[in-house]
Amino acid sequence: MSTTHTQAHGHAHEHHDDHGPAKGFKRWLTTTNHKDIGTMYLVFSLVMFLLGGAMALVIRAELFMPGMQLVDPGFFNTMTTVHALIMVFGAVMPATVGLANWMIPLQVGAPDMALPRMNNFSFWLLVAAFSLLILSLFMPGGGPAAGWTLYPPLVLQTGDALPLAIFAIHLAGASSIMGAINIIVTIMNMRAPGMTLLKMPLFVWTWLITAYLLIAVMPVFAGAVTMLLTDHFFGTTFFAAAGGGDPVLYQHIFWFFGHPEVYIMILPAFGIVSEIIPTFSRKPLFGYDAMVYATASIAFLSFIVWAHHMFTVGMPLAGQMFFMLSTMLIAVPTGVKVFNWTATMWRGSLTFEPPMLFALAFLFLFTIGGFSGLMMAIAPVDFQYHDTYFIVAHFHYVLVPGAVFAIMAGVYYWLPKWTGHMYDMKLANLHFWSSAIFVNVLFFPQHFLGLAGMPRRIPDYSTQFADWNMVSSIGAFGFGLSQLLFVYVIWKCARGGAKVSDEVWDGARVHGLEWTVPSPAPYHTFDEAPVVK
Amino acid sequence: MNMVKRAFAAGVAFAGGASPAMAAWSDVNLRVGVTELSREIYGLHMLILWICVAIAVAVFAVMIYSIATFRKSKGAVPANFDHNTKAEVIWTVIPVLILVGMAIPAARTLVKIDDMRGSELTIKVTGYQWKWQYEYVDHGVSFYSTLARTSDEARQVDSGVDPRSVENYLLEVDNPLVVPQGRKVRVLITANDVIHAWWVPDFGMKRDAIPGFINEMWFRADETGVFRGQCAELCGRDHGFMPIVVVVKPQDEYDAWLKEQQAARQAAATPAAQTAQASQQVDTVAALRVANAE
Repeated sequence: MSTTHTQAHGHAHEHHDDHGPAKGFKRWLTTTNHKDIGTMYLVFSLVMFLLGGAMALVIRAELFMPGMQLVDPGFFNTMTTVHALIMVFGAVMPATVGLANWMIPLQVGAPDMALPRMNNFSFWLLVAAFSLLILSLFMPGGGPAAGWTLYPPLVLQTGDALPLAIFAIHLAGASSIMGAINIIVTIMNMRAPGMTLLKMPLFVWTWLITAYLLIAVMPVFAGAVTMLLTDHFFGTTFFAAAGGGDPVLYQHIFWFFGHPEVYIMILPAFGIVSEIIPTFSRKPLFGYDAMVYATASIAFLSFIVWAHHMFTVGMPLAGQMFFMLSTMLIAVPTGVKVFNWTATMWRGSLTFEPPMLFALAFLFLFTIGGFSGLMMAIAPVDFQYHDTYFIVAHFHYVLVPGAVFAIMAGVYYWLPKWTGHMYDMKLANLHFWSSAIFVNVLFFPQHFLGLAGMPRRIPDYSTQFADWNMVSSIGAFGFGLSQLLFVYVIWKCARGGAKVSDEVWDGARVHGLEWTVPSPAPYHTFDEAPVVK
Repeated sequence: MNMVKRAFAAGVAFAGGASPAMAAWSDVNLRVGVTELSREIYGLHMLILWICVAIAVAVFAVMIYSIATFRKSKGAVPANFDHNTKAEVIWTVIPVLILVGMAIPAARTLVKIDDMRGSELTIKVTGYQWKWQYEYVDHGVSFYSTLARTSDEARQVDSGVDPRSVENYLLEVDNPLVVPQGRKVRVLITANDVIHAWWVPDFGMKRDAIPGFINEMWFRADETGVFRGQCAELCGRDHGFMPIVVVVKPQDEYDAWLKEQQAARQAAATPAAQTAQASQQVDTVAALRVANAE
């Protein structure tokens, strides 16, 4: 992508008289420019997406047929564990941070992020974190294999990979917290004159709330894994009953982090979709205030629903009741969002460019994931669903055609602004259709498998599950190959293509400040703050 | 005639296994099961599923209508409204009412699941990496239950054995749990190393087996037969290979089976073994105290 920025830089000189980026590798190592850092985050997350995806394909290849054909069961567990850690902390989160870095300053009319040096540091910490995590795969005793939730006592059976994985989480957590602080400070202090909080674009709003969630829960997760570390190496017994501890305590702490964490992944996605649907409906977002309040309600509820991940641990009846009811409540603000997106399209004037296609697929498929989520909120029925492929289907529906499709929609929406070129529409459409079809072939049958009784995280299964596993694996390879198209479309667009106007999309100018700056966006934008009426 | 028969057989095989599109209902949905709880849970599942389907049909219909109708290519001119308080109140309140409608039967079932009173038999289940131990705490019978040898041989990497040629592949054990039909069985669940989960789908329930703590659940099987399940909490390398098999027998057959087990135990018991068994029973009594204290 470096070509992009050299061009962006050249373009910048035509308009401004400021200094451009340094040359060569040093530019990327030491950059404090929000656009450079945003690009690095996005490229990093794409690499991680492909790596995590390759691990998913190892899983699906082993599950293609009953019987063990390819890998040892222990390595299979490592794949499920590291696939999840990479996708959550390496792919989805950095992708949304990358979009935030690029777009928040452009959307609020700020020249850069508020804390540019910390911005650079938070990116390179992430690289260090994932180097450690990937290194852990090659340790004696194998990589982490206790699932991404790292439940003790099982996780304490990990070999030398354990401290590496835990330090990787510490570093990634520190990186996230720095990113979150930066985003909050930027949004609070650097908005253009006239841009009151309730005039901010929805993507900025959802990220502001996400950043608060990050600051609230990342330290909790760091604490939980630190306790694992001391239990393993320093003789404490936080999570061992033999010393007066409790393995379930870990689960409570983990999910107190883990539930807000899933909203950390999905709220920015809500924001992206709330940007795209109005633009391609040529109509203002329906119920802007309701959208903001719904986002805030979801964030609040995320702190009081955590134990629905652990209905089977044997909680008191009152606890099960509370977590069932609070979880069901989430359906209300989430429903408001889906209805508002639909109402935005109502009596609009719709066109179906790739960003809109991905946003629409998000709307349908995320809603399906929402329904299965509501089903699992019902505690008595969750005793059947829990830890089966039904939950695997659920969270992949909200994460892949949910969060990941929204991120892809965002990339297709803003890529022309970043590069100054329109991408290959034909290939982008092909990428959309193959992704949208294969993602359903991949994940829909997993609902059936779970209901029919297949537990999750097993490397082999009884023959009654053979057919749907085969269908799912075919979908997985189709989906995985489709993503190579995505990489090619981006690469091609970075290299060149038809020049786009400043507005890029028909009528986009009224939908955000980013469409008022030149395309490609110059290296420095908004040296003088725009005035928002 | 022969050809018709053969075609029919091929058709059945196609419907039964070869084609996912024509798979049986039990391959794609929850089981009704054989206990009062499993039937109630199935009923709740179907209720909520159909509510979700109804909402999905309504919402997706509006989305599809919008996508089909309000197209720029059809000359649609955008309106400029950005809110409608009446609509927003309606689509906030109606979901709340639907949720209340779901919560009431769900809460009722939850209370029933939690009611351990009046059990007629107590069995302690202990999870190990990677097998189960069953103890009939009032009858001095205890044994381990591990994956059947035929499955174990077939599941090795590149074993060369076709899993389809193994009966009940990965769902067969050497010593199944045996319980009487129509009796309320209280199951005490714990583990000795890492967390496992004991799950038989036909009984409607699963509970985590947590080292150092004892969980409870109950079931009353209305039908005799063999019911199969699996460990449902990741417990290490062979998590996928510690199935659960429960045989439900009529009371008299169960009694006979229990006597046989007790007799076999006594015959096998040397003095040393008896001491071991006695100390194990003391463990069980202590564990029960913990359970009751909770």
